[in-house]
Amino acid sequence: METISKIIEFSNEISILEISYLLASILFILGLKKLSHPATARSGNLWAAAGMGAAIVFTILFHKTTITHPDGTVIVKSIGNIPWILAALAIGSFIGWYASVKVKMTAMPQMVSIFNGMGGACAALISMMEFPGMQNEMALAGHTHMFDGEAIAILLGLMIGSVSFAGSMIAFLKLDGRLGDIKHPILRIVNLSFLVLLLVALVVIMLMQPVAGNNWPIYLFAAAALIYGVTFVMPIGGADMPVVISLLNSFTGVAAAMGGFLYGNTAMLTGGILVGSSGTILTILMCNAMNRSLLNVIIGAFGISAEGGADDGDKTVKEVSLSDAAVLLSYSQKVYIVPGYGLAVAQAQHLCHELDNLLASKGVEVKYAIHPVAGRMPGHMNVLLAEADVPYEKLVEMEDANNEMSNTDVVIVIGANDVVNPAAEEDPSSPIYGMPIIRAQEAKNIIVMKRSMAAGYAAIPNNLFYHPKNRMLFGDAKATLQKLVAEIKSL
Amino acid sequence: MDEILRFFLEYKDMIFIIILSVFLGIEVISHVPAVLHTPLMSGSNAIHGVVIIGAIIVMGHAEDTLSLILGFLAVILGTLNVVGGFVVTDRMLEMFKKKKK
Repeated sequence: METISKIIEFSNEISILEISYLLASILFILGLKKLSHPATARSGNLWAAAGMGAAIVFTILFHKTTITHPDGTVIVKSIGNIPWILAALAIGSFIGWYASVKVKMTAMPQMVSIFNGMGGACAALISMMEFPGMQNEMALAGHTHMFDGEAIAILLGLMIGSVSFAGSMIAFLKLDGRLGDIKHPILRIVNLSFLVLLLVALVVIMLMQPVAGNNWPIYLFAAAALIYGVTFVMPIGGADMPVVISLLNSFTGVAAAMGGFLYGNTAMLTGGILVGSSGTILTILMCNAMNRSLLNVIIGAFGISAEGGADDGDKTVKEVSLSDAAVLLSYSQKVYIVPGYGLAVAQAQHLCHELDNLLASKGVEVKYAIHPVAGRMPGHMNVLLAEADVPYEKLVEMEDANNEMSNTDVVIVIGANDVVNPAAEEDPSSPIYGMPIIRAQEAKNIIVMKRSMAAGYAAIPNNLFYHPKNRMLFGDAKATLQKLVAEIKSL
Repeated sequence: MDEILRFFLEYKDMIFIIILSVFLGIEVISHVPAVLHTPLMSGSNAIHGVVIIGAIIVMGHAEDTLSLILGFLAVILGTLNVVGGFVVTDRMLEMFKKKKK
């Protein structure tokens, strides 16, 4: 049996390779830095891509593995199978490029989720391929257990990569609307026990005596990690998926870093850990923008039923008929539309624009008030409305919109909830207290389009719905808008 | 205990890189504005595609058919992550730029 040693003999090629890795690491860091400023973001992305390109090319050209045979002969092997590698690179590049160029702007989060899952699967596959060799080697050397750095890196890479892959796929299916939320308190216990089981299994595998060819434990381990990935994401609400993707993104970063640890590869190590740590911080920042904790996002799905019953019975909700709404809107001077996640879910952005054009033709001034976290993904509403060709000038930022609220005749809230909840300003005991909101209650009339009286994702009742100036227009945003547009046309 | 101390010494260089990179990662993005959260997530998603280097290394030393197939698959998946990640990020940022005008 041959032994792969980590000691690398000096050669010009190895030196050049390591310099390219140093360069790649620097470009990753600068790329991330530039990505976090609006003016330099695009070039930051290109810098990081350049670093990646250099690392890939130099690895293929100059990577060397020193192999020591049992009889003491040492051979240095370069990367083989190059035609196959180039073919795989070409196929992956083509599919990746094609999918990214073709994908609709509204489907971006799904796409990011898929690519993230691919990275996780790649890390898991590497571990699956490295484990048998490592075990054979240890068995030959007469080890009684597998407790060492390589085994930890392989097993953690496999576990985190698999969780990230399965989780990302579920996140993709949810964002794409092909999978609903499965909310059951028992899932929380299932999840926790699965996580404990995985960690115990990791330790058990490392304590096992290495036996050449005995690979079933890691297959079972991989299967368990995949199942955990599914049950981890399953109960989390569809609107929280961007936060989950960001979290899974940092997981994949750690899985990649495990590969770096295994091969002593500095580019993988720095790249992976950078993403792991910045991804975690980004996840927390995203939660903060919604005024929620990460824990609340992960297990928050269970709060809804508990809080829903807190509504007082004596509050009444007024409904508005379609014809009344149509008349009210047609004879207004100034109308603000407040879009939210419900608009995105119903894919009603084009109808929304139609309504806005129709009203404009009647001399009504229509604008959109954009809350920074409306839709739960920063920039979500901007992207959505841009897709429907709503001119950029019509999108008004929250603060400016709030200044104009008091002389607005009608505010139409479409599929938004927490971002217009007055409790954020009035009720210090509210979980969203302190979050800036669009002050729809200051307008002369309010129409809220909503599917039902259910609470929003922050799971708190919204007093705006009971506001004397408010009237509800129940139904799916798309269907309701369609009827409303028809009604206004027939006036 | 002995094992743990030995473990630390054996891998000390990498442990140092890991710890320093953790702090660097936190520091580098700590002042990002909310509008850039999604592109930044997408950009860092592309960066962890660096796992492809590992895939190239295993593929480069694969000898039997099974490893060759798995390695081939791993390289494809890694490339998807890298290329798709960077292209998607670029498209997102392109839109942001248009908006600024």
